[in-house]
Amino acid sequence: MGNSLNAWSEALVGFTPMGLPLGLVILAAIPLVFIALYSLTYGVYGERKISAFMQDRLGPMEVGKWGILQTIADILKLLQKEDIVPTSADKFLFVIGPGVLFVGSFLAYAVLPFSSSFIGASLNVGLFFAIGIVAIEVVGILAAGWGSNNKWSLYGAVRSVAQIVSYEIPAAIALLCGAMMAGTLDMQKITMLQSGSYGFAHFFLFQSPIAWLPFLIYFIASLAEVNRAPFDIPEAESELVAGYFTEYSGMKFAVIFLAEYGSMFMVSAIISIVFLGGWNSPLPDIGSFALNAWTNGPVWGVFWIIMKGFFFIFVQMWLRWTLPRLRVDQLMYLCWKVLTPFAFVSFVLTAIWVIYVP
Amino acid sequence: MQELERAGMGSTRVTRKGNNVVLLEKDLQTEQMVLAMGPQHPSTHGVLKLECLTDGEVVTHAEPYLGYLHRCFEKCCENVDYQAVIPYTDRLDYLAGMNSEFAYAITVEKLLDIEIPRRVEFIRVIVAELNRIASHLVAIGTYGIDLGAFTPFLFCFRDREIILSLLEWASGARMLYNYIWVGGLAYDVPADFNKRVMEFVTYFRPKTVELYKLLTENEIFVKRTRGIGIMPADVAINYGWSGPMLRGSGVKWDLRRNDPYSIYPELDFEVPVPDGKVSDIGDCLSRHLVRALEMDESLKIIEQCIQKMPSSEGFNARSAVPKRVRPKAGEVYGRAENPRGELGFYIQSDGKSTKPLRCKSRSSCFVNLSAMKDLSKGQLIPDLVAIIGSIDIVLGEIDR
Repeated sequence: MGNSLNAWSEALVGFTPMGLPLGLVILAAIPLVFIALYSLTYGVYGERKISAFMQDRLGPMEVGKWGILQTIADILKLLQKEDIVPTSADKFLFVIGPGVLFVGSFLAYAVLPFSSSFIGASLNVGLFFAIGIVAIEVVGILAAGWGSNNKWSLYGAVRSVAQIVSYEIPAAIALLCGAMMAGTLDMQKITMLQSGSYGFAHFFLFQSPIAWLPFLIYFIASLAEVNRAPFDIPEAESELVAGYFTEYSGMKFAVIFLAEYGSMFMVSAIISIVFLGGWNSPLPDIGSFALNAWTNGPVWGVFWIIMKGFFFIFVQMWLRWTLPRLRVDQLMYLCWKVLTPFAFVSFVLTAIWVIYVP
Repeated sequence: MQELERAGMGSTRVTRKGNNVVLLEKDLQTEQMVLAMGPQHPSTHGVLKLECLTDGEVVTHAEPYLGYLHRCFEKCCENVDYQAVIPYTDRLDYLAGMNSEFAYAITVEKLLDIEIPRRVEFIRVIVAELNRIASHLVAIGTYGIDLGAFTPFLFCFRDREIILSLLEWASGARMLYNYIWVGGLAYDVPADFNKRVMEFVTYFRPKTVELYKLLTENEIFVKRTRGIGIMPADVAINYGWSGPMLRGSGVKWDLRRNDPYSIYPELDFEVPVPDGKVSDIGDCLSRHLVRALEMDESLKIIEQCIQKMPSSEGFNARSAVPKRVRPKAGEVYGRAENPRGELGFYIQSDGKSTKPLRCKSRSSCFVNLSAMKDLSKGQLIPDLVAIIGSIDIVLGEIDR
């Protein structure tokens, strides 16, 4: 079995039509797509179960044991729905909107290192790529909102674009703090620099006394970047009906919905890679108990990063089901007058720390 | 030149170069957009339609359109017996059916001038106050949703469910009770009703604190509601506001105290008004606070009623219910303090018929909503939602 799989994958690597390493791309893409799809399928299920738990309900219980297959049933249902394009909509923009959104949120998965031996594309500017590629989502949202030819959608799109573009600044500066501590933008190298026998003590969050500040700033800004509560004003259902995807139905709606969960896991993975050691085990070696050595390795790596990602997704859901929503101007106030100045402060402090303290 | 200068006062920018006025830019204002908010919109609480004129996110003008739920309540009343109007009153403010029935019953009793058993009065007050709590729970919960907090809503509905099952136990229906009749009640309460109500009171006391911590004290919630939609007391009185809306503006006006009916004068309870410490008087937060505090007062009233209630021995809930309601010729206006304000009924009788000649209802929500135009001027869309939510409208009562 293993041999045939190896032979199969090697044959795929050798598949280079017109000199392009297409086989390699496919090989890397297969597990990535699976990780992404599984994380968002169970992200949606987890959201419903967690919210139910917080609200004294049961949540989905019918499809499969404890409703485990609910998301799959939902997707099957949405697949069968009629694909409606409003007559007065801009058809081209309306159709490509969800696609661009989906691609934007999944492209960043390419540079996420899932273990020491598995990364989709080991770019030396991986972090930069991850920050930049998220901005593609803005195009998708704007296309969806404008193309719908609906006033609520337009409001949602305008709000969303303003929000994402603004919050990218504190988010990027906060991530730069991590990059400065590592001295590289390569996600794999950033992760490797955080490994060691003391486990969590090697993580950047605990490596400098000010790292918690960019960590916190990035977490808050990432909530806004993926439009989660309390920053979910682009899709504020009590104000804008459903924001930029008011007119969408069926599978297009599902694609937008899944893109949201895809980016949720993506920002959670980025924050765990930059500040919490990525695929490194947080367990330290205690004397002769080499806990760290035992719980490290390619397969453990996947486990740890997914667990860390899920932890942050849980926190995001926890916040969503607890907090009310901010207003548009309060959101901008928070971004430009609170987060951005503090991000600069943490940037300078981290720079001083990196230069003058070992 | 003068024209240009005059235009400069408006939306055109001009500048002076020596003696000449130079036109810089014509009409800097962006295009205004007409936005139809409702009747199918998640936060218009039913089928209210607001036609907003918006400049970006700023609402420059909002006009409420009503009538999507109009069911000819007043005309229907002219065609049925006095007693048969009661099911219709349930459908006015469907979140507080008991209170509407109560208001109608005391109005007709005023016209008939009949004495009703004391136990009936106590039971009426208990069910009305229970329903007030249920209604305020919906108001608070949906207000949370309007501002994006979903969890308090489900907490509120969980607790409301207990009240609804209590009322169902007493009357047989969950929302449209037909329980308080002219001159009495449909039935006496079940045997263990008082015990179960007391259980609810002890259960619910800590829950109000929990709700307070989760929603009212929440930093974001306060930011969204404090100082938004301020209504000064004098303007509120001019608009004819009543209930929690008027009390939110700092006027201590509660019909249970100011125009007492039933056994309310015997009971000890406060009329909560905001003190301006945690909220600005007259803003959305004040109205929300008044509702939150009123739930505690209602619990107090229920407790006292259960202690003072006469026993059910030899009691017939229908002993004073007239066989046929045929009042003397005349007219009467009766009012009661509903969860949303003053619900009044004006009834005319010709002295011959068993049907009212005219039955006009003064709906509190309708009057409260009339200030929408003033309140919404220059607000952002999210604030508009916050204001509508704080008015706590029930379209069944507005459109009738």
